[in-house]
Amino acid sequence: MKLTELFKEGKFVITCEVGPPKGIEVQKLIDELEPLRSKIDAFNVTDLQSSVLRAGSMATCRLLKDKDFEPIMQLTCRDRNRLSLQSDILSAAVLGIENLLCLTGDHPQLGDHPDAMPVFDLDSVQLLSTARGLVNGKDMAGNDLEGQPPQFALGATVNPGADPLQPQIIKMEKKIEAGAQFFQTQAVYEVDKFANFCEKVGHLNVPVMAGIVLLKSPGMAKFMNANVAGVNVPDAIIDELAGAGKEGRVEKSIEISARLIKGLKDSCQGIHIMALGWEKHVPAILEMAGL
Amino acid sequence: MLLTQNKPIEEVLESLGAEKNIFLLACNGCAEVCETGGEKGLSEMKAELEKAGKTITGRLNVDFLCNKVLVATRLAREMNKIEAADSILVLTCGIGVQAVSKIVNKVVHPSANTISVGGMQGLWASDERCEACGDCALDYTGGICPITFCAKSLLNGACGGTHDGKCEVDSEKECGWQLIYERLEKMGRLDNLKKFHKARDHSKMYPSKEIREKTFYDIEK
Ligand code: SF4
Repeated sequence: MKLTELFKEGKFVITCEVGPPKGIEVQKLIDELEPLRSKIDAFNVTDLQSSVLRAGSMATCRLLKDKDFEPIMQLTCRDRNRLSLQSDILSAAVLGIENLLCLTGDHPQLGDHPDAMPVFDLDSVQLLSTARGLVNGKDMAGNDLEGQPPQFALGATVNPGADPLQPQIIKMEKKIEAGAQFFQTQAVYEVDKFANFCEKVGHLNVPVMAGIVLLKSPGMAKFMNANVAGVNVPDAIIDELAGAGKEGRVEKSIEISARLIKGLKDSCQGIHIMALGWEKHVPAILEMAGL
Repeated sequence: MLLTQNKPIEEVLESLGAEKNIFLLACNGCAEVCETGGEKGLSEMKAELEKAGKTITGRLNVDFLCNKVLVATRLAREMNKIEAADSILVLTCGIGVQAVSKIVNKVVHPSANTISVGGMQGLWASDERCEACGDCALDYTGGICPITFCAKSLLNGACGGTHDGKCEVDSEKECGWQLIYERLEKMGRLDNLKKFHKARDHSKMYPSKEIREKTFYDIEK
């Protein structure tokens, strides 16, 4: 089912990120998702996240579909030129995938093959416009597709914590104009700042899903503050997590995420959880957040 | 030789938009040989712009627009005429346009596309880089090249990795799009960021048969 249909029904949409394995053993991933079945509307499947080689998003999406999970295929511009991107979009539709998240993608230098050629033939805005073109039955060169065109809900990302914020919003507007129908955000830890962002983009009338990254340790929070653009875990949260000690950490992390979700949910149309291996704790978080 | 070819005049006029008073700055180096700059390029452009109702506040030919010291010295004498202009139309290669934009606090527009940087080059010894993409975008980016200054050569704004003004691939390196944003903000041209840039036409990087045959493409061969 397309995410856009859920938003249309007025549903508060919950998505969760999953990363394909580094290899071909997919059973573990499927087992991990089973407990989330009734709680998560759709699963984002990453496309070689952080430029680290893994199994592909498209195959994993199809696998999820076979198991009756709703996938969102992430598609980046890092590794494919426009021919390959368009072909992959068509192939995804052939496999029954209905949700597509269009991203620029990390630079190969960040990953485990830093010597790879960075492609970036298109950027995220151009990719969205290309996908929308295909949905309308035309390829980038203006040629007609034969028969029924592919159908997708097209998603994009935005970073509500970016400083300066203005270029983010300008780019968000461009993404909407190019075809984006929903947004998932970078991790959010500051409820007020996020509410302020949502107010600023409210007039755009496109559903925004707040990003939640589970904090596994105070060290991870500090690392994100230093290295991830637009992410600021406030000291109070870091102290709280540190105060819980090693044994109490998981519980504390669940509590923090649930509290954040409660605080964020009135300003947005959904949440997007990035559990980074802690998928098994997601049901507890949602329950505590009252979702 | 940095090989340049004039943009279609319609594209130049579109980029000048409502700006009425224009200062014309041409290069007497490679661009003179390509006839995009030099005296010929200058007078032809002046005629075109006047025909389109623009006022030329001044015109200047400098030997090598890629040489910032030389350009700064020569422009100093023309400051009144530059001040009187809404923008500067620069008749030269991508390096020259970037160099001029670094020296002057004015909006700059390129009049040409740079197609090749092969062979004997100009005189720049600084960090401006031109990839000869054949479809110069400096007009919309405050004279800072998104192809060479952004690690992903993005055309529609910064990626999600830009952090504290630095690029995601190297925390020591400035994010090209942050520089572009700051420059456009300073020039009061943030609206430029709203323009949707189509995907690049990579075929423009290859000089056409016509150019290869009739110009100075391989003058140093
Ligand atoms: S951080 Fe800036 S310069 Fe680096 S790839 Fe992203 S937009 Fe380009």
